Amino acid sequence: MKPLSVPERLAKNRFNLDEEESHIEVNQEIAKATGTGRAIVACCPAHVYAEEPDGTISVEYAACLECGTCLAVAAPGALKWHYPRGGFGVQFREG
Amino acid sequence: MTETAEPDFDVIVVGAGIAGCVAAYQLAQQGREVLLIERGEAAGAKNLSGGVLYSRGIQEVFPGFLDEAPVERRITRNCVTFLNATSSVGIDYQDTRLADPVNAVTVLRAKLDPWLAEKCEEAGVTVMPGVRVDRVLTEDARASSANGAVNGAGKDAGGRRVVGVQAGDDELRSRVVVAADGVNSFIAQDVGLRQKQPLNHLAVGVKSVVSLPQETIEARFNLTGDEGAALAVVGDCTEGVGGGGFLYTNTDSVSVGVVVRLDDLTAQGKVVTDVFDHFLEHRYIAPYLEGGELAEYGCHLVAEGGMKMVGEIAMDGMVVVGDAAGLTLNTGLTVRGMDLAVASAVAAAEGIGAALDSKDTSKAGLAGYREKFFASYAGQDMKTYAKAPAFLERERMYKQYGELVADVLYGAFSLDTQPRRHLLSVARRALAHSPLKMRQLVSDGIAGGRAL
Repeated sequence: MKPLSVPERLAKNRFNLDEEESHIEVNQEIAKATGTGRAIVACCPAHVYAEEPDGTISVEYAACLECGTCLAVAAPGALKWHYPRGGFGVQFREG
Repeated sequence: MTETAEPDFDVIVVGAGIAGCVAAYQLAQQGREVLLIERGEAAGAKNLSGGVLYSRGIQEVFPGFLDEAPVERRITRNCVTFLNATSSVGIDYQDTRLADPVNAVTVLRAKLDPWLAEKCEEAGVTVMPGVRVDRVLTEDARASSANGAVNGAGKDAGGRRVVGVQAGDDELRSRVVVAADGVNSFIAQDVGLRQKQPLNHLAVGVKSVVSLPQETIEARFNLTGDEGAALAVVGDCTEGVGGGGFLYTNTDSVSVGVVVRLDDLTAQGKVVTDVFDHFLEHRYIAPYLEGGELAEYGCHLVAEGGMKMVGEIAMDGMVVVGDAAGLTLNTGLTVRGMDLAVASAVAAAEGIGAALDSKDTSKAGLAGYREKFFASYAGQDMKTYAKAPAFLERERMYKQYGELVADVLYGAFSLDTQPRRHLLSVARRALAHSPLKMRQLVSDGIAGGRAL
């Protein structure tokens, strides 16, 4: 049995998307200079981060499962990451 | 230290997980005014665990726990397996004694935690879901009058006293704040009580909940009724990255996941979802999940630092409990967190109660928490296994040992028409062909004996 892709997996979850506010912000210069960009692309279980052809890191904050792994591996200043506003973001039904 | 402005609550608890709910419940049972704030839509909405809960501690808090709480299965089978690419060697321990009395249960937190929050409400706790605490409010600890300036917390806890929390435009004040906001504990870091952890103290867990019919689970895992199995796996399942995999049976689903140490994952440049896929597709794992349907996909940052990660757990006006205090324990055989959350919450509630009674909620006044926690079985276990994390960082655990043991057993079981040799000689030969050295084996054996 071939495992589902990450987007297929995420489609099974329930999210309350905060349309107004992203809870994630990448500092592109620091991310590139420190290698944080590649590290957060690799360590995020929800594939929130992707490296674009121009080398910048794009952020799909709606997919975030709010574990905090990206912040743990990020160099100082490379990433602003906090929890979404109250009631927004992933809402686990199993956990 | 004297109290200043009259607070809104005796205690504000941030985070309705196991630690937060148990602390809030116990404090309400003491007759305190307690507010429990949760950022998810409801308790449990943000919470995820593996999850095996060693349940004796929580049964003491809620005597009806096993019958009333939404627990999944009662663990009577524990398997620990070295999984190699094309072989697998394990210990399979199944015992009816583990069911009477019940020792461990599987739980799904989005189901369990709402029950805990309901118990809190019944006990008189004000539960406020859907609210994110942005920071704690602090005052100059030396301010003795009611007009001490209130500020957002600075980076240095020196001389600051926590007096409440800020959520959006709302300021709520209490005599004590309990930070039960999980492994990331932004509020404890923001106020300078806890520091960012090194990567070898952290791991990321990735988990799928896969729905399967009850009968299928019972047949595949050799279970009867509400019996459950917990399978812990090391080796090829994580492609050699420090960590492991797990399969836990729920009532009509299986929780399957990997947990990998962040220092090793980043050093090896692996993609965490590739590691998880590799585990799911492994020839000895996939059959357990065949035909199942994904119910939910989640992940969680895991504290792996053991005792080294605990550090300070109290300051003037605030304590940290559960994951927020770094309270997890991996002993190689058992992986614990939720039972430590219960134990820390029970100790914190006692310590806070004593501080409130003596009208001294300074760090010194709250010292009973630390004393009670480290006097408990959970605190003593943290000390007993203090060397376990460093031992489990030895990389040979995740590749070569499993292969060596399989090679020895292959030598014993593969009757290839050659004359047999004694097992010891087979083992010596396997070791000679392995990249492992006898001195490494001896060193790991001694270190393992001491650490575990």
